[in-house]
Amino acid sequence: MPMEPRSSGPLSASPGRREEVEDLDLLERRLLDEFQHHFPLSSAPFARVAERLGVGEREVIDTLRSLQERGYISRIGPVFRVRRVGASTLAAMAVPRRRLEAVARYVNAFDEVNHNYERDHRFNLWFVVTAPDPARLRQVLEQIEEHTGLSVMSLPLQRAFHIDLGFPLWS
Amino acid sequence: MVLSEQDYRLISVIQDGLPLVSHPYAELGKKLGMGEEEVIQRLERMQREGIMSRFGVVVRHRELGYRANAMVVWDVPDGQVEEVGRALGAQPWVTLCYQRARHLPQWPYNLYCMVHGRRRDEVRETVRRMAVELGLTGIPRRLLFSVRRFKQRGGHYR
Repeated sequence: MPMEPRSSGPLSASPGRREEVEDLDLLERRLLDEFQHHFPLSSAPFARVAERLGVGEREVIDTLRSLQERGYISRIGPVFRVRRVGASTLAAMAVPRRRLEAVARYVNAFDEVNHNYERDHRFNLWFVVTAPDPARLRQVLEQIEEHTGLSVMSLPLQRAFHIDLGFPLWS
Repeated sequence: MVLSEQDYRLISVIQDGLPLVSHPYAELGKKLGMGEEEVIQRLERMQREGIMSRFGVVVRHRELGYRANAMVVWDVPDGQVEEVGRALGAQPWVTLCYQRARHLPQWPYNLYCMVHGRRRDEVRETVRRMAVELGLTGIPRRLLFSVRRFKQRGGHYR
């Protein structure tokens, strides 16, 4: 199975070829797998984590920093339920192939855009827009349409069904 | 739950993640002129009230070898959306499951779920098996695999 195509340009957030998951040691795996929810909300949370794993606080902090630097962790923090805070939508565009990178770059420049993916479909650009209020959300979408001359299909959330417990990696 | 101005300020400093120091909540509090205790209490409250769905390590699937990710879209009859959504949302392979407005005529799909795997054929097989097991084979569906990620980060609210 060939690797998925990926951009080598400055647009791509993904680093190039990297080690496989198997190269991670046990502490790294446990930090990635077991603390995706219920991370301690207490004065010294990393010391708590360290206690549970039977290692030192320094080791936990250093390992997390290393995992973050290597791009395995995006952050440690809250995942907010969409729509409970601010206004958001999933937007899709059918962008001509040769314009895709330029349009993606334009869309990315908005602070309100937090996810942006190319997908293999006629609608090939999919991004999430989150704004403090519906007026600003509308404004961002209109600005993208105006600038690109392409229409933006807005697919607002109506209801969420998943139970977010994070992503089981090795369990 | 009504969020206060102070809550929004806390959200804006925490959405890029905790600083990796011994007392991260105290550190965040310093930026806000809030004590550590207050930061923790506000976060606990947001968690309890369901403003956040979880608090913890947010991993990057792709870098961890889960390179195939499909947004699976289904065109579910309106009367069945709730039942189908609940069934899909409870599947361990499904990380997100949303009902969204259709965009007719070009986009009839109203239920979305995200399925991750190491390879595309693995994801296709997972989805096929799920459809069979949940009795959804009669419901039109499409898999939209991600090709490139242009941007990924937590939602910014202010």
